[in-house]
Amino acid sequence: MSDSLLQFRNISKSYYGNSVLANINFDVRKGEIHALIGENGAGKSTLMNILFGMPVITGTGGYEGDVLIDGEKISFKSPHEAMYAGIGMVHQEFMLIPGYSITENIKINREITTPNPVSRIFGKRLETLDMASMNADARKALDKLDMNIEEFTQVAGLPVGHMQFVEIAREIDKTGIKILVFDEPTAVLTESEAQNLLAAVKRLAAKGIGIIFISHRLDEIISVADRVTILRDGELVATKDIKDTNAVEIAALMIGRKVAIDRVQSDRRRISDEIILSLKDLHVGMPGEMVRGIDLDIRKGEIVGIGGLAGQGKLGIANGIMGTYPARGDVVFNGKPMILGDPRAAMASGMGFVSEDRKGVGLLLNESIELNIAFTAMQVGNKFLKQGGPFRFQDDDGIRKHALKMIKDLDIRCESPVQHAGSLSGGNQQKVCVARALTQDPVFLFVSEPTRGIDIGAKKLILDLLLKLNEEEGMTIVMTSSELAELRSICDRIVIVCEGKVEGVLPPDASDAEFGLMMSGSRGGKTEDSPERSADHG
Amino acid sequence: MDGLNRNSNGAGSWILENLVTIIFVAFTLFGFMVSSGVSVGYFFSELSSRVFRNSFLVLSLIIPVLAGLGLNFGIVIGAMSGQVAIAIARYFEMGGLSGLLFCFAVAMVAAAFCGYFTGKLYNKTRGQEMIASLIVGFFANGIYQFLFLFVVGVIIAVPATHPMIKPDGIGIRMTVDLVPVKQGGLKYALDNIYQIPFVHALLIVAVGLLLLLAVRYWLNIRKGRSYLNSPLSLVVNGGLCLAIAGVAIHAMVTKSPLMMVRKVPVVTGLLIIGLCVFTVLIMKTKLGQDFRSVGQSQHTAEVSGINVDRTRIIATMISTVLASWGQIIYLQNMGTLNTYNAHTQIGMFSVAALLVGGASTSKAGITHAIFGTILFNAMFIMSPEIGQSLFGQAILGEYFRTFMVYGVIGVALGIHVWKANKKSRIMVE
Repeated sequence: MSDSLLQFRNISKSYYGNSVLANINFDVRKGEIHALIGENGAGKSTLMNILFGMPVITGTGGYEGDVLIDGEKISFKSPHEAMYAGIGMVHQEFMLIPGYSITENIKINREITTPNPVSRIFGKRLETLDMASMNADARKALDKLDMNIEEFTQVAGLPVGHMQFVEIAREIDKTGIKILVFDEPTAVLTESEAQNLLAAVKRLAAKGIGIIFISHRLDEIISVADRVTILRDGELVATKDIKDTNAVEIAALMIGRKVAIDRVQSDRRRISDEIILSLKDLHVGMPGEMVRGIDLDIRKGEIVGIGGLAGQGKLGIANGIMGTYPARGDVVFNGKPMILGDPRAAMASGMGFVSEDRKGVGLLLNESIELNIAFTAMQVGNKFLKQGGPFRFQDDDGIRKHALKMIKDLDIRCESPVQHAGSLSGGNQQKVCVARALTQDPVFLFVSEPTRGIDIGAKKLILDLLLKLNEEEGMTIVMTSSELAELRSICDRIVIVCEGKVEGVLPPDASDAEFGLMMSGSRGGKTEDSPERSADHG
Repeated sequence: MDGLNRNSNGAGSWILENLVTIIFVAFTLFGFMVSSGVSVGYFFSELSSRVFRNSFLVLSLIIPVLAGLGLNFGIVIGAMSGQVAIAIARYFEMGGLSGLLFCFAVAMVAAAFCGYFTGKLYNKTRGQEMIASLIVGFFANGIYQFLFLFVVGVIIAVPATHPMIKPDGIGIRMTVDLVPVKQGGLKYALDNIYQIPFVHALLIVAVGLLLLLAVRYWLNIRKGRSYLNSPLSLVVNGGLCLAIAGVAIHAMVTKSPLMMVRKVPVVTGLLIIGLCVFTVLIMKTKLGQDFRSVGQSQHTAEVSGINVDRTRIIATMISTVLASWGQIIYLQNMGTLNTYNAHTQIGMFSVAALLVGGASTSKAGITHAIFGTILFNAMFIMSPEIGQSLFGQAILGEYFRTFMVYGVIGVALGIHVWKANKKSRIMVE
């Protein structure tokens, strides 16, 4: 492969003994668009961080293996060195200064200057800016992208699609750019903007620039890329020519069969036909997890999974209903319409919430376990309170008794109920969160990312606990998780959220390809019958 | 990226952005209406001497604002450096222009040194620079007092007979006379070099500004940047300059009371103009562009390879050095060194003046500084008059102006936070 611009040879990386990349071999040819695809945490960003010499890599002991550019081994110590070597990145979040003109943004820290008398004495930094040449350069870069917008327009107020192009223009204005990385470039664009972008990417490739195209949209990859490399759990699954493969195959390779947690079957489950929660056109303004119109019915006694890639809005649903972020839409719970944006009312109506943000919203880290368990019930449900004249006191004995029962029931491993919640392990912290939600006696429980940052043994315990609650108390559970495997292990049906909307509903035993296609926003087609199929599992 | 569109709701947001300025204009006009005793001659004499005294200090605040450090209350440290330089010059009885230049040189070294460490502190207190600058000013005041009350006399031997040393031989007196320049001192060392009548200066400034406008207009067209020319602002600015020139000529022809206004110091004025030019020019260099980049987004600047910390330190150093020179200009005009008080209010008053001119914690320019200095000092002159004529007590007006100073800073910061919150409010799509 003599025409390889960039080669990764046997790249491995581990953080503190935790392997995140193993033996990656990957190359980009001149003028090629090479797509990189994988679930969250598959190792895409780590691979790019290695390429750019990001501090997060260099500061944690570097990596194993070689990176070669034009056949020469390189090792960048900072993103700046990578920039000088001709590697550019178009970020998903724009690195633009809104108050600057397009020219100023394109030329940031690479301004063209002319010497003046003062600068001859005090150095280059006092040279005068040559705005005319800068404008001309910016014009050239914009023309390459067929952008006919004025180069002196201020960036603030431009449509998002244009901002993306300004980012690209900045990269191609750098002299000797060889490799350009696009990180989810179309995530924030409208369809027509995305089409323009893809056309521009193709034009750049035709000029001989090697392009790494990170995306989760399969149809885009199929239409634009020459080759695709699929990563899964830090391993390279396959590199394929686009013409030899198709969306279904890529999707299947992306999800793969993970070490599945076995599905526990039980005949004591009771799923009624009664709809306990009905969402109509729910919108939630959670930054980074925008929900843009969800319709969903949840039946009493069900365990519903909500899956999808990060940033698509799956976490926003529970947060919007529970009132932690502004929301709009019709939500009917137990036959009564809910007022959104009022966490207190949501909890009082019998909903419990185990937040994905365990250490932020979930726990009072510097308070005791027992107080953590009782806190919400005290605030919302007026439990564990004693009346003493005009004042109300907390009922220490009641709290202790309840906490001890919870610690026993949920098997929270701790020294005593007065131990600080912050000193517990992740799994036990999660159990405290669950215990707190249970203390309010909810009939409906939202659980978000229950196993994030928890070791595998504890994961199983949490999932078993949820299943037990459902079985014994008949509690309806909506579990949101990035880990498809755990959703598949306990849920009756799995709702896949993509771009803030319900992409489809799948039974847990649907094929990997179906999940993969749906998570990447390429509708699989046969999704409508899945609720019926899922009912059979009950 | 929404919410950045400035023309969102026209008049309402314009009033809000310029609320502080509007209050001050109204207040000064109100002062003229209620108090009959203020003569035009007195008002302009007072105003011009105050403006020449303070402008340099206010201008020194601009660069930190542009570099994203906010309002640098830390200029008091620069002011102290300037006072140290003046104290040294006074002790060795240096005076005149050479003494003044000596002061500038010493102050520059001291202020650059202090500014470096202040800048380091700001880098450690990112996001809280303003409160840090306020507190570090108080801290530096402690060192300053230690130096002047204890070190001088106890550690450095000085003769008790020296006029600026306290009679017991330890420490520097509360007030030190700077000795008029004619007797070899520093008082008016800069102001007395050359003076011209007020109206002449007015005419020259107006004509100069008109020329500047014309040249800039022409240059923009010639360099193909005609998009920078706004006809509206040209008409407004040009009209204003013509009006001022007209008033000046009218005064000269009719020998109106404006001719009675005290003469203005030319060299001081040139220094102020020089600083304005410096501020404009440095923003057109690579360094200036880096200031702006860092000021607008530290993260983007960092990613683009700009050394953010170093850039911020340079901005702080420039500001501190300029403030030290500003304080020397201020003191040579006052004629006495109020050893332990002269610097304490400088930070507050200069910041207030800049804000009155329409600046905010994230945007500031020369016009804001000059206009603000004029308006702020106009208020200062008028408030005792208002107190006198409304309540029969001048002192009430004095209380009121202190209230105005802090009020202005409070309002400006409040509006800033309110705007920032509005921008970051989470919305449902």
